[in-house]
Amino acid sequence: MFRRRADLPFDHDATAAFLPAMIAMMVFLATLALSGALVLDNLLERWNRDIKGTLTVQVVPDANNSTKDVEARIDKTIRILEETPGVIRARALSDAELSALIEPWLGSTDLIADLPLPHLIDVTISDTDPPDLVALSDRLKAEVKGASVDDHRIWLSRVIRLADGLELLARAIMALVGLAAAVAVVYATRAGLAIHRQSIEILHLVGARDSYIARQYAKRALWLGTQGAVIGFALASPVLIGLGAMAKSLQGGLLAEVSFGPAHWVVLGAVPVVAALLAMVAAFLTVLRTLSRML
Amino acid sequence: MRPDRSPSLRTTASEAEIVRFEGVGLRYGQGTEVLQDISLSLAKGSFHFLTGDSGAGKSSLLSLMYLARRPTRGRIEMFGIDTTRMSHAMLPRVRRRIGVVFQDFRLLDHLSTLDNVALPLRVAGVRESEIARHVPELLNWVGLGAALKTKPPLLSGGEKQRIAIARAVINRPDLLLADEPTGNVDDRIADRLMHLFIELNRLGTTVVIATHNEPLIKRFGFPRIHLDAGGVAVLPGSRTKPPEAEF
Repeated sequence: MFRRRADLPFDHDATAAFLPAMIAMMVFLATLALSGALVLDNLLERWNRDIKGTLTVQVVPDANNSTKDVEARIDKTIRILEETPGVIRARALSDAELSALIEPWLGSTDLIADLPLPHLIDVTISDTDPPDLVALSDRLKAEVKGASVDDHRIWLSRVIRLADGLELLARAIMALVGLAAAVAVVYATRAGLAIHRQSIEILHLVGARDSYIARQYAKRALWLGTQGAVIGFALASPVLIGLGAMAKSLQGGLLAEVSFGPAHWVVLGAVPVVAALLAMVAAFLTVLRTLSRML
Repeated sequence: MRPDRSPSLRTTASEAEIVRFEGVGLRYGQGTEVLQDISLSLAKGSFHFLTGDSGAGKSSLLSLMYLARRPTRGRIEMFGIDTTRMSHAMLPRVRRRIGVVFQDFRLLDHLSTLDNVALPLRVAGVRESEIARHVPELLNWVGLGAALKTKPPLLSGGEKQRIAIARAVINRPDLLLADEPTGNVDDRIADRLMHLFIELNRLGTTVVIATHNEPLIKRFGFPRIHLDAGGVAVLPGSRTKPPEAEF
């Protein structure tokens, strides 16, 4: 594939320097973008696991409310929860269950009975199609006085939304980088075709098919693309390793999961391979298309 | 060592006519026509000199034959195929049946003598072992056996011309077109090259040689296709064989 002899004088044109430099930059950016997407994917998986299964809603009693009013608010909360898509079951904890929950910290059950404790509703939610917690929280706040969803879940849900957006952004950046690389290869190839026009005419006149000439450009682009891709990946790797080490030093924070395992490195290693193949295919198709318009 | 040729290119009734021009005209851009109403046919196995003053259109006529241009008007058949309606994909197959010696050689300067001559074989997919056997043999014959690895910029005009000729004949073309092929060589080499062309002609190759060299034309006596003011005329040669052009 990397035969050095070519029928066209490629060694004397400017694409020899331009193409590897451009592919190196693109691979560097794409590797960082992909690693960002992988990190976010990891975090999202972990966070989604955390908010799967159950949820707690509390209804805080008001000093002026009667027991009847509080029970009405609990019933309304349960009704809203049961109407919410993704909620499988909602059940208010009894006073005994509530007392049992806090007895280890406060001791006597008699004392607990006198305290204005919030009423808790245990909610079972779908793993596969969980409810929109932010929307649910907003509705409960609007319709039931003193009702609220577990704050941590809400916060995490908002973070997940943000992370989803960022992951999408990272993938969009990768797609744009790939597109930009393909466009650059197309223009570099067109410039190469213009430079070698006379040599191409000679090849045509001795009976070369367009595909024969296109293969020479494709091999050239693969060789130059591979050089650039290796350089770009070699530059991106220490950056990722450094970021991973910094994240690990946070000791258990949210960013602790930034470090990559072997599987992640395999996925990242596909970036330079794909970049070199993309350069080859873009060059091949560009030459075929351009030569089809020549005699 | 003839490369693959499609059977479909060899089946027409007019195969005996290698070249047929009907009312062909050629102009460059918006200028006047350099060739006007050219009608001629070259029979298979014929040998012609192509003559005319400078600017008469010899190179233009040859370029139409080796399919570097399409005519502005008229119809051209090569090997019985209407090239004016031929698809782009068909061009390489027809071009592989034509050997061309250009006045300015058109060699690839970054390739060695051997690689330049091997070019028509490589593009036709001939095996490297075949190339390694036949190309040095031909280069020895044209006196360039010691320059197999030398690149054209290091060679004289005459040597480059011999490379161009070797490249044109290496795959034993059905039609050989040569533009001033003896212009840069001494008489001894010119005679040797002419005998190469005649030998190819005996093996069935149709030959057209554009030249100003009157002594050469007289010495070999083949009929002439003479271009004058954009038109064409035939001047019979002193030889009865090969066949003359038909008009």
